[in-house]
Amino acid sequence: MRHLLSAGDLTRDEAVLILDTAAQMAATQSREMKKLPTLRGRTVVNLFFEDSTRTRISFETAAKRLSADVINFSAKGSSVSKGESLKDTALTLQAMGADAVVIRHQASGAPHTLAAAGWTSGAVINAGDGTHQHPTQALLDAFTVRRHLVGTDATGRGLDGLHVAIVGDVLHSRVARSNVQLLTTLGARVTLVAPPTLVPVGVSAWPCEVSYHLDEVVRDGKPDALMMLRVQRERMSSAGGGFFPSPLEYTRGYGLDATRLAALPEHAIVMHPGPMNRGLEISADAADSPRAVIVEQVANGVAVRMAVLYLLLAGEQTNEKVGQ
Amino acid sequence: MGSATPASDDWSAARVVLGEAEIARALTRIAHEILERNKGGDDVLLLGIPTRGVPLAHRLAARLVEVEPTLDVRRVVGSLDITMYRDDLHHHPTRSIGTTEIPGTIDGKVVVLVDDVLFSGRTIRAALDAISDLGRPRAVQLAALVDRGHRELPIRADFVGKNLPTSQSERVRVLLREQDDRDAVLIEGDDA
Repeated sequence: MRHLLSAGDLTRDEAVLILDTAAQMAATQSREMKKLPTLRGRTVVNLFFEDSTRTRISFETAAKRLSADVINFSAKGSSVSKGESLKDTALTLQAMGADAVVIRHQASGAPHTLAAAGWTSGAVINAGDGTHQHPTQALLDAFTVRRHLVGTDATGRGLDGLHVAIVGDVLHSRVARSNVQLLTTLGARVTLVAPPTLVPVGVSAWPCEVSYHLDEVVRDGKPDALMMLRVQRERMSSAGGGFFPSPLEYTRGYGLDATRLAALPEHAIVMHPGPMNRGLEISADAADSPRAVIVEQVANGVAVRMAVLYLLLAGEQTNEKVGQ
Repeated sequence: MGSATPASDDWSAARVVLGEAEIARALTRIAHEILERNKGGDDVLLLGIPTRGVPLAHRLAARLVEVEPTLDVRRVVGSLDITMYRDDLHHHPTRSIGTTEIPGTIDGKVVVLVDDVLFSGRTIRAALDAISDLGRPRAVQLAALVDRGHRELPIRADFVGKNLPTSQSERVRVLLREQDDRDAVLIEGDDA
């Protein structure tokens, strides 16, 4: 594993190794001294072309806890807003000696281009590209599910036999795409729940089931985990695509409220990648209930990103460009 | 752990230097020495370094409790993973991380590090760094089943099962029932 571009690239063994490593990283984060010397002298560049607070802070925290140097590069107010191309930005970072580039880009495939074009010799980590992939989010979701539903001695184990329902705007969601791939790789069964307008074309080829009715899935599917996706209000207007008639109608059909929460199996957990729209896709009752693990997902995000940085950066650099 | 990663898994030409009985005797002696040096086992915390230091630490703990039945075996033994403190991470393929498990706190305790083979001393240096991130023990001591010499750092063991003069090119391997099929210390030389 040299880059982390897509959750679909991970084999089951690789995914389990990342989760196991993340569990050890999480254990170090409950200590008084949280910093480890492991990546001393390594440089991690956060290259963010799209606004993101929590993902950037999470990567920054993870890199700093491993003693790496962190350079934050956001497109706003940088040379990119003056028209610099991705290639020239990458060459600049390479000249500065970046060992890893964490990239978020509005264009699907930008991290792949960066990794494949040979502009940088560092590891490329996809922190979200367009509507394509967000692999570290899927990893932290899988980690959270495993922690809660597989048991304390989960080391080496996948998510076999578990049922995860992903509810909301699947069409625009890179979180949903990454999760479908990763969770099924780990042995879980995934059901996507969305209004027909928010289900992507070609979903029948995905390794998951699709339902248009949240109540049926909650009642009959007995999901072990319910993952609510963020819905953007502007998607309802005709300018935004007119995907649903009104926020209220969306909430009635697909929001998680107290009634649906009560209908879930007793052990089921409620997840959300954040930031939440309280009252739209998730009610305050559900978001604040003891079964919601949303805050814990944030803490697990740091541990998972530490694991990814460790696995990509700590070992011998198998530089593909040796000999050039 | 200094030589615990052999280049190949073929140990058919290896010579057995310690058998099951000798290992058991050495551990019993070390357990008594630990109690004697520290005037009892009240503050002693045995920390095994993965992978083979951990079962050794548990065997030592069982012996300490045999001698001093007032000790609680769960409070005297733990494990300390040093992977993230190694100075040679960049020279090897990525290593998987082991478990660190400390019963209670290490502040004020006498920590006895337990490892199978003491070689360059670099593992122990990493362990000392790991310990200082976990707290401030009153003292740190070192127990090794085999000391094979060739130190690269100013580190020595307080308790040694067997001093084994070796050449740099020889390889030493400890087998333990918990992880392997038998108890033995093997040495494979260049002339073997």
